[in-house]
Amino acid sequence: MHTEFLMGNEAIALGALAAGVQVVAGYPGTPSTEVLEGVAKHRKDAPGVVYVEWSINEKSAMEVAAGAAYAGARTLVTCKQVGLNVASDPLMSLEYIGVKGGMVIVVADDPGPISSQTEQDTRTFAGFSKVPVFDPSTPSEAYVMVQDAFEISEQYGTPIILRPTTRVDHGYESMEILDPEEWRIHTAGGFVKDPSRWVIFPRLSVVAHARIEERNAGLADELSDSPYNFVVGETGECATSARRVGIATQGISYTYVRDCLEASNRPRLLRVGTPYPFPERQAVKFLQGLDEVLCVEELDPVIEHALIEVCGKHNLNVRICGKLTGDIAPSGENTPDSVEAALSQKGLLQRGLSSTGQSDTKGTVLGETSPQLPVRPPVLCAGCPHRASFYAVKHAMRGKKTIYCGDIGCYTLGNAAPLDMVDTCLCMGAGIGIAQGVYHVEPDTTCFAFVGDSTFFASGITGVINAFYNQANLTLIVLDNSTTAMTGHQPHPGTGRTMMGELVQAVSIEGVLRGIGLTTVETVDPLDHELAVQTVKRVAAEPGVKAIIFKSPCVVLARPKARSVVDPATCVGCLRCVRELGCPALVPMDGKVRIDPSLCTGCTLCEQVCPFGAISGGERL
Amino acid sequence: MSARNGTNIILCGVGGQGTILASKLIADAAMERGMAVKTAETIGMAQRGGSVFSHVRLGQPSASPLMARASADLIIAFEPAEAVRQLPFLKQGGCVVVSTRPVVPVSAMTGGPAYDLDAILGHLRATVDNLVEVNADRAGEELGSAKCLNVVLLGAAARAGELGLSVEDLRTAIHQCLPEKLWELNERALAYAQ
Repeated sequence: MHTEFLMGNEAIALGALAAGVQVVAGYPGTPSTEVLEGVAKHRKDAPGVVYVEWSINEKSAMEVAAGAAYAGARTLVTCKQVGLNVASDPLMSLEYIGVKGGMVIVVADDPGPISSQTEQDTRTFAGFSKVPVFDPSTPSEAYVMVQDAFEISEQYGTPIILRPTTRVDHGYESMEILDPEEWRIHTAGGFVKDPSRWVIFPRLSVVAHARIEERNAGLADELSDSPYNFVVGETGECATSARRVGIATQGISYTYVRDCLEASNRPRLLRVGTPYPFPERQAVKFLQGLDEVLCVEELDPVIEHALIEVCGKHNLNVRICGKLTGDIAPSGENTPDSVEAALSQKGLLQRGLSSTGQSDTKGTVLGETSPQLPVRPPVLCAGCPHRASFYAVKHAMRGKKTIYCGDIGCYTLGNAAPLDMVDTCLCMGAGIGIAQGVYHVEPDTTCFAFVGDSTFFASGITGVINAFYNQANLTLIVLDNSTTAMTGHQPHPGTGRTMMGELVQAVSIEGVLRGIGLTTVETVDPLDHELAVQTVKRVAAEPGVKAIIFKSPCVVLARPKARSVVDPATCVGCLRCVRELGCPALVPMDGKVRIDPSLCTGCTLCEQVCPFGAISGGERL
Repeated sequence: MSARNGTNIILCGVGGQGTILASKLIADAAMERGMAVKTAETIGMAQRGGSVFSHVRLGQPSASPLMARASADLIIAFEPAEAVRQLPFLKQGGCVVVSTRPVVPVSAMTGGPAYDLDAILGHLRATVDNLVEVNADRAGEELGSAKCLNVVLLGAAARAGELGLSVEDLRTAIHQCLPEKLWELNERALAYAQ
C-alpha cells in the first residue's frame, strides 16, 4: 500500500487494474474520459497483458467488453451518461445473457449539467435495465467499489454499473492504494460454446427474466448488509419540532450533508451506495421510529421513490420528503450551500442559516454593489480551423435560405456570436438526419450538416448512408482536425494511432464517403478563405448528398510557425476582424486592434478578412 | 504562517491559464507536509476559454471537496473579473491574490456585457482588506516568459502567509511535478516579488 493524490477517474482505473482487469473499452466523454486514459497510463504495471481501446462509439465498446467477458476475462467499459444511451441496445440484452468474467461499466453522470446534453440519472437506467449499480461518494470509495463490483459481477454473472458523478470523477484526494505487486491476477477461462447460454431467443429470455428478478431480490437482501449502505446517528428529535426526522442521501451529496451536521446533533442518516437493487431490509431498519425523512440526492428522486415504496410495502407511517415535495431542487447540481439550506429548512441544524451568503455578519456578499461581470462561456480557441470553416460557409451562403445543423464536439461552440452558425444540435451524429428531415419539409432550404471527424466515425456514417440512399439534398461538412479535440485529443480511426500505441492504417473519411456512393467529395484547407468560399458555393449548388472535408489540424496540438501582428499605422480600428471572427486573440485596444501573441497561432484568417491589409506575419499550419 | 487548522483555497481564472497545475503543486506540497488534501477541478467544456475554478482543501476534516460560501481563506485569481465572481466564497478577512491583467472575453466585444476593468479592480480594492495585486505583464517581461503566471501567483500567496505552505515547500513540489528543464524558470517565478 502507498498514498497517492489521485483524481477520482484515475482511482477507478487503478482499482480496475488492481482487480485484474484485462480488456478495457470506452468512448471519451466528460466527465468519464480519464478512467480509460488512467488504464492506458498504468496498464504496463500490471502483471498480465491489459488490452485497452478507444472504440468508435459506446455500443462498440460494450460489445467488445461483453465478448471478452464471455471468454472469462475481467472487462471494463467507460462512457458518460449519454454514451450509455448509445450502448443501451447491447446492454439491455446483455443483462439477459449475463457474463462469465467480471464486467464493470463505468457511467459518469453530470449533475448541472456541466458538460452534457441531459441530466439523466444512470441509477434510473440501472433499474430499467435491471443491472445492479454502485454509487460512490468519494474518489477513495470509488477505488474500493470498482474492485468489489468485479467480485459481485462474477459471483452473480451480471454486469455491474459504477456510476460516479462529476464531483467524484474530477475530485482529487490523497488516498491509500495497492502497489502493482499486490494487484490481482485474473485468469480468463476461455469461451465455452453453449447456444443455450450465449444466443438470445425468446425462450431463453423467458427463463432469464425470471432468474434476473429472483437474483436481484437476493442481491438486494445481501446488499442490505453491505458497508456501502449504512445507517448512522440517533432518532433524536429535530431542532425545531418534536418530529423525528432522518436523512437519506447518496453520492457527493452525502459529503455535503456530513459537513453541515453539527457534532452535537446527529440525526439518523442512511447512505445508499447501491441504489439498485435497493437495500430494502436496511431501509426498513432505518425508517423504524422516524416520522419524516429528507432525501438529499442529485438528478432523479431514486432513493425517494424507493423509500415511498418501502413505506407502502411495509405499512410504515413515515413522510418521505425530497424532490417530490419541493424540499430539494428537482434539477441541477446540489452544493454545500443548497444542502445546508435544505437541512436548515427541515430543522435539522441547530444553528440558523450561516454561511450561505445571506448573513451580513460573515463573508463578502456579492450584492447590488458588485460591478457587472462579463459572461465567459467556452469559445473556439484562437486560430481554431472550425472558425474558418464556419466563416467560409457563412460567407458563401450570405443571402440564401439555409439551415446549419450542428453536432457534438468543439464545433458546437460555432453557435456563439459572431459566427452564429449552429441552428440545431441534438446528439452525436444527429445533424445529418436533422438536415435530411428539414429538407423533406423545406426543399427550397439549402441544408448543411456539420460533423467532426471523431463524431463522423462514432455515429455519422449511418446518417450519411440514410440521406444518400433516400435521395436527400444536403451538403455534409466534415470538420476534420485529426483528433477528438473536445474531450482531450483521443485517437480515432482516422488518426492511424491506437490506445495500445500502435501505428495502424487510418480509415479515410473521403474513402468512406466515396464508398457510400457520393461523387462530390472535396478536401479543402478552411484557412484558405477564398478557396473555401468558392468550394462551398460550387458544392452546395450540386444536387443530392455531397461533402466537403475541411481539413486542418487542431491548434491545441500544433506548434505555431509564425504569428500575425497588426500594423498600428495601417489599422483604422474598424474592428471588422473582431466583429466577423470573434477570435480571442484579437483584442481592441486604444481604438485599434492588437493581437495577443500568447494566443495567436498565425492562422492568417484575420489577415484575409482585414479590408486594409493591416495584419500580416502569420503562417498557416 | 497561519496557525489555523487546515486551509481552504480557491483558484480561479480562464480555461487554459494553468489553474489545474497550480492546484496540483499546492496539493503536492501539502501532502509532503503530511496534510490530507481534497480538490475539485473544472475539467471539460469550460477549459476552452470559459470561467474555471478549483477548490483546494488542505488538512481539513471536511468530507466534501467543494466548500460552502464564505469559507475560503484564500482566493488565488488569475484574472480580476474571475476574482470578483468567486468573492462570495471568501471568508470575512480572507485574502485575495489577483493578477490585475484582464482577459476580455469575446462576448464582451460582440454584444454581451462589457468588461469594465476599473469597476472590477475598484470593487476588489473596496471589499477585500487583504488584497495582493500582481502585475502579470510586468512579471512576464521581467521573467522573460508569460507561461509561469501560476507560479508567480503561488509565490505571492505563500509570501502573504495565507497558503499554509512556504516558498520552500512549493519549490520541492515544482521539482516533483515538473520536468527538470522547467525548474529554473519556475523557481525564478516563485521567488519573483513586485
